[in-house]
Amino acid sequence: MGSGMTDQPTTHIQLSSSVVAEAKRLRNTRYALLAPGILTIFCIGIMPLSIVLVYSFLEPGDFGGISWVLSFDAYVQLLFEEDIFDETLSFTTDYIQIFLRSVSLALFTTIACLLVGFPTAYFIATQPPARRNAWLFLITIPFWTNLLIRTYAMLLILRDQGVINLSLIEIGLIDSPIPMLYTDFAVCLGLVYAYLPFMVLPIFASLEKLDFRLVEASYDLYATRFKVLRRIIVPLAKPGIAAGCILVMIPSLGAFITPALLGGGKSLMLGNLIELQFGQARNWPFGSAIALVLMVLVMLSLISYLRFGAKKGTPAHG
Amino acid sequence: MKSKILSMIMAMGLTLTVGSVSAAGELHIYNWGNYTNPEMIEKFEKMHGVKVTIDGYDSNETMLAKVEQGGSGYDIVVPGDYMIAIMIKKGLLERVEPNKMSNFKNIDKKWVDVYWDEGRNYSIPYQWGTTNFTVDSTVYKGDVNTLALLFDPPAELKGRINMLKDMNDVINAGLRYLNYPRCNSDKAQLKELNTMLIKAKANWRTMDYSVIEKLTSRDVDLSQSWNGAAKRARKDRPELVYSYPKEGFTGWMDNVAVLKGAPNLENAKLFMNFMMTPEAAALTSNFANYANGIMGSEPMMNADLTSAPEIVMPASAPAPEFVPPCSQEVTDLYAKIWTNLNK
Repeated sequence: MGSGMTDQPTTHIQLSSSVVAEAKRLRNTRYALLAPGILTIFCIGIMPLSIVLVYSFLEPGDFGGISWVLSFDAYVQLLFEEDIFDETLSFTTDYIQIFLRSVSLALFTTIACLLVGFPTAYFIATQPPARRNAWLFLITIPFWTNLLIRTYAMLLILRDQGVINLSLIEIGLIDSPIPMLYTDFAVCLGLVYAYLPFMVLPIFASLEKLDFRLVEASYDLYATRFKVLRRIIVPLAKPGIAAGCILVMIPSLGAFITPALLGGGKSLMLGNLIELQFGQARNWPFGSAIALVLMVLVMLSLISYLRFGAKKGTPAHG
Repeated sequence: MKSKILSMIMAMGLTLTVGSVSAAGELHIYNWGNYTNPEMIEKFEKMHGVKVTIDGYDSNETMLAKVEQGGSGYDIVVPGDYMIAIMIKKGLLERVEPNKMSNFKNIDKKWVDVYWDEGRNYSIPYQWGTTNFTVDSTVYKGDVNTLALLFDPPAELKGRINMLKDMNDVINAGLRYLNYPRCNSDKAQLKELNTMLIKAKANWRTMDYSVIEKLTSRDVDLSQSWNGAAKRARKDRPELVYSYPKEGFTGWMDNVAVLKGAPNLENAKLFMNFMMTPEAAALTSNFANYANGIMGSEPMMNADLTSAPEIVMPASAPAPEFVPPCSQEVTDLYAKIWTNLNK
């Protein structure tokens, strides 16, 4: 009895402690398994960003680097400048103009990619399954080559002594080359060419799942072709369109190889502006501030875009 | 590729040897990539029984960052003129007094009293060059030796110009054209410069570092250029003429210097003295394709170098100007003008 009295709680304690140990082990395993991921995010995500954040609130050091003095100059500088003539602080539009150029270029690229990419994706999605893969394969082929090389190829096509101009002169359509390279047109063409697959693939993924019986049904109900597109196909492909637009817009915003090569480097893009501050301008805090403002803007537009997309999406389901 | 593999192997060798500080008969050189003649190194190794390792960098700033961290294990570095000034100021260079070495007499007198190392207590010349522009003489037939071709071009060059995408090179050329001093913080003069640059930019086709490609593809007929690039572009387009503008132009010089705390200080001094011999200087020029500052090296240099107007300056040209690093105040103003020009 005595032994039983002692036995009972012991087993209970043993049991509960083994449960606790098991739970602890599980929790430890979970943390251990998560550790590489968390460590990676911390080391290559959070830590460098914190350095950028801290640097943006300091003063530039001698000959590059920073000096440990708290300062908000970097952010003030973005919007205001001391007038070169009378030393008053006045509103400056230089940086806003560079922001706007980058944004409008990215927007234009996204729209052009959508206009070309959507029909392409639709075409592929309506092919017999066996042939779809071949088409997708063709879309991904340019990805096998480095972006820089593809951009150079574009350079060779567009330049004064390039493929287009030389063949036009050869057949006698023009006497002197049409200057196409080093214009905004060339930059946009280069960006559209580079990012088109990012638009086609997600839209294709959406359209592939689309039940084409719905399209047939709407035709049966006397919908016009345009109505079918507007009321059936586009709403159902919306997640793909949204994903495609985001995937094209964001890299276009930060693009600088393409604008530098095809635009002739006469206008700064955001990427070049940031690079300038870390290089010749020797103003690391200002460079950090621009990088952060750009990141916040992209994040805000992304969040609002997703919210907007989600709200539009919900009633469509209902 | 071969040199890349070589430098990788050397870098590996270096990390292995860094631990054993000042092991007898070693020397660790940290130079610009693809800028050291292996033949010259071999000669030095045989002469003094020293084992040399070489590592490469791609910009003065990269080199500075690495050296500032400390413990790099390098003995010799080859910084540009303004970087020597910065490194002396920061106390990163050893005062080895090359001006008391036996071969110092070989240095061309004009390279002794330079702003970055007055009297040469820390460094000696390695290679030097100029930043000007080169123009197609069949397109433009007039006098090329004026900056007006960049900032107020004749009709045949309008829209056919490439400028370097380099803040200092463009602004300094502009200041020379307006006859205003360098490292300028005079706001009235800078305002005039700003207006002049914006007006001139309308006539420029591109602003890019890839000078040779722009010229040989005939995208432009005039390009701001370093002398070495101009010489290489002329190979493909023989009608190019390198200008030495009467208003003046920028020169640059890379210099051999010894790092403070160099593990192999004596060998580094031997190397410095060796680099002042005409043989070593000529070997370096033949490899890197620029002029050196050592007298008597010309007879041993390749003929295509000594006959190149880009490398050997005509007597009529003004002396190249070496521009010191400007203050942060001036740099901030320049960055504003540059941003304004490129917005």
